[in-house]
Amino acid sequence: MSKLKSMIPDGPLEEKWNNHKNSVKLVSPANKNKLDIIVVGTGLSGSAAASTLGELGYNVKSFCFQDSPRRAHSVAAQGGMNAAKNYKNDGDSVYRLFKDIIKGGDYRAREAYVYRAAQVSNQSIDQLVAAGVPFAREYSGYLDNRSFGGVQVSRTFYAKGQTGQQCLLGAYSGLNRQIARGKVTMYTRRDMLDVVIVDGKARGIITRNLVSGEIERHSAHAVVLATGGYSTIYYLSTLAVGSNASAAWAAHRKGAFFANPSFVQIHPTSLPQLNDFQAKLTLMSESLRNDGRIWVPKKKGDTRHPNEIKEDERDYYLERRYPAFGNLVPRDVASRAAKERCDAGYGVGETGLSVYLDFSDSIARHGKETIKSRYENLFEMYQKITGIDPYNEPMRIYPAGHYTMGGLWVDYNLMTTIPGLFAIGESNFSDHGANRLGAGSLMQCAGDGYFILPVTIGNYLADEIKTPRISADISEFREAEQAAREKLQNLMAIKGTQTVNSFHRRLGRIMWDYCGMVKNEEGLKKAMKMLAGLKKEFWSDLRIPGTMDEINQELERAVRVADFFELGQLMCQDALSREESCGAHFREESQTPEGETQRIDSRFSYVSAWEYREKDKKHVLHKEELTFENVEIQERSYK
Amino acid sequence: MEFNLKIWRQKDARSQGGFIDYNLKGVSGEMSFLEMIDYLNKTLIEGGEEPVAFEHDCREGICGSCSLYINGRPHGPEDLIATCELRMTRFKDGDTIVIEPWRAKSFPVLKDLIVDRYAFDKIMQAGGFISVNTGAAPEANSIPVSKEAADEAYDAAICIGCGACVAACKNSSAMLFVAAKVSQLSLLPQGKAETAKRARAMVEKMDELGFGSCTNTTACETECPKGISMAHIARLNREFLLAGLKS
Ligand SMILES: Cc1cc2nc3c(=O)[nH]c(=O)nc-3n(C[C@H](O)[C@H](O)[C@H](O)COP(=O)(O)OP(=O)(O)OC[C@H]3O[C@@H](n4cnc5c(N)ncnc54)[C@H](O)[C@@H]3O)c2cc1C
Ligand code: SF4
Ligand code: FES
Repeated sequence: MSKLKSMIPDGPLEEKWNNHKNSVKLVSPANKNKLDIIVVGTGLSGSAAASTLGELGYNVKSFCFQDSPRRAHSVAAQGGMNAAKNYKNDGDSVYRLFKDIIKGGDYRAREAYVYRAAQVSNQSIDQLVAAGVPFAREYSGYLDNRSFGGVQVSRTFYAKGQTGQQCLLGAYSGLNRQIARGKVTMYTRRDMLDVVIVDGKARGIITRNLVSGEIERHSAHAVVLATGGYSTIYYLSTLAVGSNASAAWAAHRKGAFFANPSFVQIHPTSLPQLNDFQAKLTLMSESLRNDGRIWVPKKKGDTRHPNEIKEDERDYYLERRYPAFGNLVPRDVASRAAKERCDAGYGVGETGLSVYLDFSDSIARHGKETIKSRYENLFEMYQKITGIDPYNEPMRIYPAGHYTMGGLWVDYNLMTTIPGLFAIGESNFSDHGANRLGAGSLMQCAGDGYFILPVTIGNYLADEIKTPRISADISEFREAEQAAREKLQNLMAIKGTQTVNSFHRRLGRIMWDYCGMVKNEEGLKKAMKMLAGLKKEFWSDLRIPGTMDEINQELERAVRVADFFELGQLMCQDALSREESCGAHFREESQTPEGETQRIDSRFSYVSAWEYREKDKKHVLHKEELTFENVEIQERSYK
Repeated sequence: MEFNLKIWRQKDARSQGGFIDYNLKGVSGEMSFLEMIDYLNKTLIEGGEEPVAFEHDCREGICGSCSLYINGRPHGPEDLIATCELRMTRFKDGDTIVIEPWRAKSFPVLKDLIVDRYAFDKIMQAGGFISVNTGAAPEANSIPVSKEAADEAYDAAICIGCGACVAACKNSSAMLFVAAKVSQLSLLPQGKAETAKRARAMVEKMDELGFGSCTNTTACETECPKGISMAHIARLNREFLLAGLKS
């Protein structure tokens, strides 16, 4: 336990961040010019960080695997971004936003981090507006807000259904400005393969140039990971298919602890799987639950057309089970309830793995035009993909892997357990506990990148001003490069018969069945055995055509899947060790008589931080106890 | 369903490319176009051949990665979608489908169907931003923006940077892409101060990078998956003219 120093400043909750800002060490402009920082990832968090650090005078090297920083997965966020502006005068405040996130996360996040995230949220909105993000406006010309997922105030800023795209492009434009100034050097189409540690500190990374295949060394005084989430471990998820855990996993293998790896949010309203070749699951914004009613037939295996099933033959199971919140219960509750109905044989569609989301009542009440004005682009998207017109027939939806609350463990300075290695955005575990509220990730990403990291990294770099530019031509870099090359060579050398995707699909299925929405001891143990077996098969029967010295998309995927096998084991181990249910983590053994999550605070009020040890040795669990001094711990009831 | 695919294969940027024919059976109508290629690639790999390289990531029409020229049209036969949103139901059993990369001098082919579009980022670096430092932003509601202006700016801002407009244009002009950004930022009060400088810098960069000039053929607007309007080009021209007058 001694290894986890959370570095939370003293003082009352509201004062901690200010106190910290007032006491951190500073780096003078002249010295910033001599310091290099690597930022891996150009999503909202990475772009905001790289541009701000460049603006401050540091020399930044920015990396992404796509052909352009603008394509980072943040681009896909739909619904919005939270801030505590209280523009609606509905009683919102920094404290309330803080409290909602803590409660939403089911009391498994640290108070001080969450409070700070809420504090800087308003500045992030100011920043993005100034950068030209066209957030929705009222007729008065002032910014509009809407309410989102399980809260009672309107604090979500949005740009129609494309908030992530607009926020990312705002941050990307700032990044471009610094690239033009020469303060940020952009490296696109690079896969980060490893972190390089010199004398115990992160001093650089090894990348593969995805066009030439060259294995490259990049050095710096500090390294920041902003590499996003890993729900793609399920193969089918709402994430862009290139999203991966490899950068974080490389850091983990070099000593960065991985926190709460099994905390994954399963989103309730995604399109169901339509065919066996499907590459991803498209998210339908959860705002649809404001006007859509979710139901399944009361009769098992009822294959009639939904419009022929009469009102009294329908089971509106969310309204039945949760009269207070009804269709608006939080994501994890809605997801599990859908799974429960489908597992019990009431699911609809060919596979029986979907439920109806029905707008007919809302259309009857508000008129088609009103519903259209609210959801036009979503309805169009649905029709485009399924060929079904949701104005006349209910949508079919099913839960899908979505957001990973787990990630690299970081202290209050957003530094991992490796000195000089920082993690921001979805790649860290910091703010959302066991469940993330809607519109909370963009908020965290912007806050981490624009306002928190640039302060805290200075505190670290202040002690590095005498360190000359790090040479990449030293043994640590050479060895890391060699190890990375060997890993790729080993993959290429398997020369088996099966494609990477076929393995990924099977791996994803194991994770989905046993380490997804619902988990139990027997299943988790079984999954660990199955993963080990499949991993063996992967390493003996994988086929990657082509060579390492060219564009080789199969090789790129293979690297990711190889890491997923190891991460999958850790997720199961983490889920196994947490014998309680909390937020999105549902252990069947720990439920209330009504089938809801049963937290066990006396035993599990901690963050699980896992330490990697030599190959094949078991991970070591470090527990960071959580204390709550500013909120009252409650049962998370939505009844 | 069964299809005859004619696909552009090219080893790398230095090599010559050419069309290769593939016959693909067992395609289901529920597949997306890219899932159809995934399926083709599976059969190629299992048969000991190299898969077709193509760009994709979000698979829901928002990241701008996918970029296939299908039967003579960027993003294929359907209007207002990106390649990844195209479904196989759009084709008839037995159809021949020709699949090529974007063709433009400024977008060199890197392999098979992958082109290098970094020129777009370079144009953005030349001026596609508002020069506001982190922390220097005023309170968000201190700059009211009329709903009309905000909505119009949004309509320009949804460009996904895919490059279909360039691929569609016989001059390989990037005018629609550039205009969308200039227009978005000049419609907003926050961006007005730099409009003239921005328009000039971006257009000059576009010329320098070898994109052709705009002769108003409207092909870009027709093929743009996001329906970006040519009206933005008119606005850009106005701003550019003003920029010229001021310099
Ligand atoms: C469909 C969808 C809708 C969502 N809607 C919302 C919403 O409405 N509101 C909200 O708050 N949140 C939403 N989220 C969540 C939110 O979008 C993400 O959590 C957030 O954008 C993550 O941003 P990031 O900066 O951490 O990383 P990302 O944006 O994921 O960026 C990751 C970056 O890391 C790079 N990278 C990754 N691995 C490597 C590697 N190995 N080597 C080199 N580079 C690498 C990538 O190139 C990329 O640049 C949504 C998520 C999804 C999937
Ligand atoms: S203007 Fe349209 S076609 Fe051109 S890059 Fe933008 S979205 Fe693509
Ligand atoms: S894959 Fe992202 S737009 Fe098509």
